[in-house]
Amino acid sequence: MNSAALIIAEVVPLVTPETTFDAPANVVFAVQAVVMIFAALRVVTTKNVVHAALWLVVVLGGVGLNYILLQAEFVAVTQFLVYLGAVIVLFLFGVMLTRAPLGVSDDLDNNQKKIGIGVGVALLAVLSYALIETFGRSELTFAAYEGVAGPNTNGRTQAVSDAIFGQYLIPFEMLSLLLLAALIGAIVLARRD
Amino acid sequence: MTQAVLYPILGLELAYWQETTIRVLLGLVALLLLTGGAVYLYLFKFVSFMQSRLGPMEAGPYGSMQLLAEVGKWLQKEDIFTEDSDKFIFGIAPAVVLASTFLMFVVIPAGPNAVVADLGTGIYFVLAMSSLSVIGILMAGWASANKYALMGALRAGGQLIAYELPLILAVVGVVISAGSLNLQDIVAAQSDGAIFGWTGIGNPYILTQIVGFTIFLIAVQAELTQTPFDMPIAESELVAGYQVEYTGIRFLVYFIAEFATAVAFAAVASTLFLGGWQLPGAWGISDGAMNAIGPIMISTKAVLLVGVVFWVRFSLPRFREDQLQKLAWKVLIPLALANIVVTGVMKVVF
Repeated sequence: MNSAALIIAEVVPLVTPETTFDAPANVVFAVQAVVMIFAALRVVTTKNVVHAALWLVVVLGGVGLNYILLQAEFVAVTQFLVYLGAVIVLFLFGVMLTRAPLGVSDDLDNNQKKIGIGVGVALLAVLSYALIETFGRSELTFAAYEGVAGPNTNGRTQAVSDAIFGQYLIPFEMLSLLLLAALIGAIVLARRD
Repeated sequence: MTQAVLYPILGLELAYWQETTIRVLLGLVALLLLTGGAVYLYLFKFVSFMQSRLGPMEAGPYGSMQLLAEVGKWLQKEDIFTEDSDKFIFGIAPAVVLASTFLMFVVIPAGPNAVVADLGTGIYFVLAMSSLSVIGILMAGWASANKYALMGALRAGGQLIAYELPLILAVVGVVISAGSLNLQDIVAAQSDGAIFGWTGIGNPYILTQIVGFTIFLIAVQAELTQTPFDMPIAESELVAGYQVEYTGIRFLVYFIAEFATAVAFAAVASTLFLGGWQLPGAWGISDGAMNAIGPIMISTKAVLLVGVVFWVRFSLPRFREDQLQKLAWKVLIPLALANIVVTGVMKVVF
């Protein structure tokens, strides 16, 4: 889904800000960002594996909210359907089928914790640098859609599908091929006969 | 956004927040009234008559106040948490399920302006929100610290994931026909349609999408975990599945969520396949009047479809778990995919 969000960001022209400071959107973003960071930290620090999966629900729901703030409604709903409705459910399903004790487990950390923290911090630094370098102080505006499509029409859904089935058709088809190969691989590995 | 869209109904100029509050409150009232009505009509009376008995007769005329008596009873019961349960998760799980149900109602239109939020992604939003209830069910089953509850939750997880696919694929045929995800556009496409040039009743998609309609109703039956798909709460195998440790108000919330979801899916099916709030063929009635007639139209259609769900529920015995999975993966999903292909071809040809 991240690739689809990038498509939206590319479709929408970037302009330098003159007047538009959208106070409600910024307040919502601030609250949501704080909640997401807290939940993300709890995913890796909580001592119960089911709680970790449930904190992940908060993080992924926050990502969906983020897409709504970017007015990418279709991508947001897809985020809810795919990540919350399917991926998290499969996580919980798998965890509960195998081993999901109630209460605190002390063996959730392993000896690669420090390396993990290092990788996380490095990734944060690289991404922050790339984003700040690319976008600087430029602001997203949605003026391109005014007149073409109001808030309640299919305009942005169409923009996503035009991009996927036009400009990005070949990467899209390659991805479906990759997923198909993974699917067949999983069946081959799981079948005993 | 501050433009008062309620103006045609009430003749009032309202601020955005006032209008939103009114819409949400009216939506909640409609949801509870329809749910309560469906429970009384079908769960109390319809099934009783099917089984040659009268059903509740004491509370109010013909037992019509029975539901209020039941709610009063459940509210008085002690809110019990078992010793080993994960108290917080156990406590909020019913709220997650109920929230998923309420969110489904947000986009279902009952008139030209009588809708809580007319989202562009309409039907897609409904399906996404309905899929969130599985998280609540898995939370409930795990946090109960009871092996029956956990088994029930796992069955529910497998079943709801399996039947979400035919549910979504069945809708795709309608979306292709209407050319929009927005539920208002889908209603308009049906009322503006024509059957071989005859525009008398428009073109409700039950005619062209009868396969999609059938798959949708079967999948809804399974999503609601109603018999013959009630393995997650099968009383003879799992006591009550994921609900086994719940009592009092939290059990009541599951009860309301179950029947409210039935009403929500029935309203969605009426909108997609039966023409929604529109009268058969637009009669040239003004938008203002349709805002009053529309809710009656869609409620009637939805309550009739809930009746179909309950009719099946009280007529058929339970499937086996493997039969349930086979039906979804080997019959419904291929059929729904074939329906999409045929609809796509027809859309291009005509």
